[in-house]
Amino acid sequence: MNSEAIEPRFRAGDRVEVRESFPIGHVRTPFYIRGKAGVVERLCGIYGNPEELAYARSGLPKQPLYRVRFPQSEIWPDYAGSVADSLDVEIFQHWLEPKL
Amino acid sequence: MISHDHDREDNHHHHSHEHRHPHRQDLDDTLTYYRAMEIALRELLIEKGILTADAIRGQVEDMDRRSPAAGARVVAKAWADPAYKALLLTDGGAACVAVGLDRGPYKLVVVENTPTTHNVIVCTLCSCYPRWLLGLPPDWYKSRNYRSRVVREPRKVLREFGTEIADDVVVRVHDSTADMRYLVLPERPAGTEGWEEERLAQLVTRDSMIGVSRPKSA
Repeated sequence: MNSEAIEPRFRAGDRVEVRESFPIGHVRTPFYIRGKAGVVERLCGIYGNPEELAYARSGLPKQPLYRVRFPQSEIWPDYAGSVADSLDVEIFQHWLEPKL
Repeated sequence: MISHDHDREDNHHHHSHEHRHPHRQDLDDTLTYYRAMEIALRELLIEKGILTADAIRGQVEDMDRRSPAAGARVVAKAWADPAYKALLLTDGGAACVAVGLDRGPYKLVVVENTPTTHNVIVCTLCSCYPRWLLGLPPDWYKSRNYRSRVVREPRKVLREFGTEIADDVVVRVHDSTADMRYLVLPERPAGTEGWEEERLAQLVTRDSMIGVSRPKSA
C-alpha cells in the first residue's frame, strides 16, 4: 500500500462479507447488502474513494472496487424466486472482509 | 433554461376570466430549493463569463440527442460478428470505440443473456445508466418503486413489464453502485439468420438493453 492507491486484497472467487457499518456521509454501499456474504466476481479497477470525493477531497488513497455476487436467498430470507438467482453489486474494498 | 423563470408568478394573472378551458401548467413550475439553486448557479456562471447560455443550451441539446440507437448498433454488431461480441464482453469501452462511438466516461460492463441466464440492470442508489449508449434513462428507471423492488422481487417486476422468466432460468440483477455502467446484451431473436446489422438493430429496444424486456421478434 502507498498513499495513492491501496493494493487489491481479494481475487475473483474469494468469499467476502460486507461490513455491517452505518457511517454518516456519501456511501456507495447500499444498506440492503451490509452484513451479507458473497463471492468476488471480478476486480473492476482502482478508483478514487467516493466517500472522500463527495466532499471535494482528493479521494486518495484510491480503493480497489469489486463486483461481488450474492445469492438472492442470502440477501432476502423470504426470496420468492429460484435459489440460483443472484445479485451483483459493486463494493469498495474497505467495505469487505474475508469470509471463512 | 429560459430567462422567464422569475416572471412566472405574474403569468398566472393574465386574462384568466376569458379562458374557456384552463391552460396546462408547466411540469417544472414549482420553484423548489434545488431549482432555485440551479438557476442562481447558472446565472452566476454566465454573469462571470465562465459559461455562456449558448454553451449550456448546447450541452442540453447534446444530452437529449443521445439515444438507444447507439446501444442498438453495438448489440446488432455483436449478434452478427462473434469476434466483436468477444471484444464487447471483455472490454466494452474498446468495443464502443471500434464502431466510432465514445468510449464513455465510465467503464462499460456488458452482461449477456443466454437461454439459462437473464440479466437486469438497476441503480438502487441513484440513476447510474450508460447514457452515451442509451440516452437519458426513462422515468421509471429512476423511480423509487423500480429501484427498491427489482433487487427484492425481480421476477415479479419483470412480469409487470410483460417479461416472463422460466423457473429454470437464472435471474441476475446488477446494482450499478459505483464506477461501472452496465448494458445487457439480449439474446438474438430466432429467425434472423443472415440478417444485416442494420436490420438486426431495428429489433433492439432500449428496455431489452436494460434487461426488463426482450428484443422485438423477427
